[in-house]
Amino acid sequence: MSQIEINDVSVVFKDHAQAIKAVSNVSLSIEKAEVFGIVGLSGAGKSTLVRTINGLQKPTSGHVIVDGVNITQASKKRLAQARQKMGFIFQNFNLVANRTIAQNIAFALTAGGYPKEKQADRINELLGLVGLADRLDNYPGQLSGGQKQRVGIARALANDPDILLCDEATSALDTETAEEIVEILKDINERLHITIVFITHQLEVAKRLFDRVAVMEDGKVVEQTTAYDLFADPQSAMSQRLVGRFLDTEVPDEVRFKLRKTPGQLLSLRYRGEDSLDPIITKIATETGVDVNILQGRIEYIQSRAIGVLAVFVTGEDSAVQQAITQFKAQVDYVRAVTL
Amino acid sequence: MSETIQILQQNLGQALWETAEMVLISGIIGVVLGTLFGIFLYYFSNPLFSYKPWVNATVGFIVNAIRSFPFLILMVVLIPLARVLAGDPYTPMGGTVSLSIAAIPFYARLAEGSFTDVDQGVVEAACATGASFGLIFRQVLFPEALPSLIRGFVLTLISLLGYSAMVGTIGAGGVGNLAIQFGYNRYETGVLIVVIVILVVIVQVVQWLGDKLASHFTRA
Repeated sequence: MSQIEINDVSVVFKDHAQAIKAVSNVSLSIEKAEVFGIVGLSGAGKSTLVRTINGLQKPTSGHVIVDGVNITQASKKRLAQARQKMGFIFQNFNLVANRTIAQNIAFALTAGGYPKEKQADRINELLGLVGLADRLDNYPGQLSGGQKQRVGIARALANDPDILLCDEATSALDTETAEEIVEILKDINERLHITIVFITHQLEVAKRLFDRVAVMEDGKVVEQTTAYDLFADPQSAMSQRLVGRFLDTEVPDEVRFKLRKTPGQLLSLRYRGEDSLDPIITKIATETGVDVNILQGRIEYIQSRAIGVLAVFVTGEDSAVQQAITQFKAQVDYVRAVTL
Repeated sequence: MSETIQILQQNLGQALWETAEMVLISGIIGVVLGTLFGIFLYYFSNPLFSYKPWVNATVGFIVNAIRSFPFLILMVVLIPLARVLAGDPYTPMGGTVSLSIAAIPFYARLAEGSFTDVDQGVVEAACATGASFGLIFRQVLFPEALPSLIRGFVLTLISLLGYSAMVGTIGAGGVGNLAIQFGYNRYETGVLIVVIVILVVIVQVVQWLGDKLASHFTRA
């Protein structure tokens, strides 16, 4: 049995006249110690779904089982116990503004029944873990966004959780700070083997952190795959949209304008592995008699595996160009004809 | 003029003491019980705790019903209750009864608002730790709402100060009574002016202290 089992969960919000289905018949299994991502545009139901895992949101139908405990039907006491083993990290940090950093963490410790006299040591240890040992007596208002999120992580880790739920934990931070937070979480996952469920619309995070990923659209999970395959070979329209925006080749308008005057076709190519596409390009060019110009090329690494991204312009006789495109489609993982 | 001074010398001290007694006792009763009702209203209206609209609506109805009484009417209606609780309704303690009954629902609504204004995300984070409501109240809701609760307390005290003048007119004493009895009925304009000046000063000082205290507890 998986550590987290989401079984046919739906959440419906009734708003006066209409009912909005925020989450629609979602089933997911999340394994121990993996980093499981849920991506999608805002409003896709990601945040609502993750809240069903620790019972902050009650499903309208379906149920969630965490470590064998049915969260959806758990008694108040059982639910509180389960929550102590699930840390939650928020987009807006959600620290108590009128209490010090130490008091904020002490709150979580007290909630978990941690002995009062040992709390000071534990707070030091937790703040050391996130690199904020000297900010004990500061108030959240005195910290930067990244530091607040570190406190958020320390609070979430207070009771040695088995699971960390992260709701857009890096979305309110600048790129550099977001990367730091991702590194901390990655480190926590690797060293403490804590399962992480991470919700985001930022594919940058998905690329750096996720093992597996589910893609959500309009409350439904439209695709479930490994992080690598999401980028290398997105199946659903939503994944293609998300990944497309992230991995696509961006040809400057000036170049597009020039190319428009030349007969031919611009292609966006993606392929697995580090090998160069040169031999394939040369072969196709020779066989079909077209010219292939490489406009752009780069390699992205996802889970230490490479994905090559290329933009090529194919010129020549119409029929030859069509033939070349067919050959590219047969030999390259992903080919998209770009209209200029 | 000398008569004015004489009246003030004889009566002002006691009148001030009676007003202080009425306002402070009913203010404290209002804050304590009002906070309890406020937290009750909040608890049953927040989906994170126990979303029961009918509980909130029922208690809310009672609160609104008491608040819709003009204070003068409430005071008269409560004379029998004041007799039971304080013995003689026409004393400062008797006046305190109706002032307290007015203050409780007044402060209950203010307190409910103060708790509702606490960032729902922060409350959600507190719930996510598995903490009990008692712990969340003590370490999250209360400290976050405290500045706003203090401002509400100041508002309540100032309203009570006004109402206390009214209970004064039916014989409960206080500076209001002094102003009416001597200043108005006996055409002692001097007494009236002195009382008004004192009230203005009290209100200013209470407001100033309240603001100081509220900002002292704000760390954001």
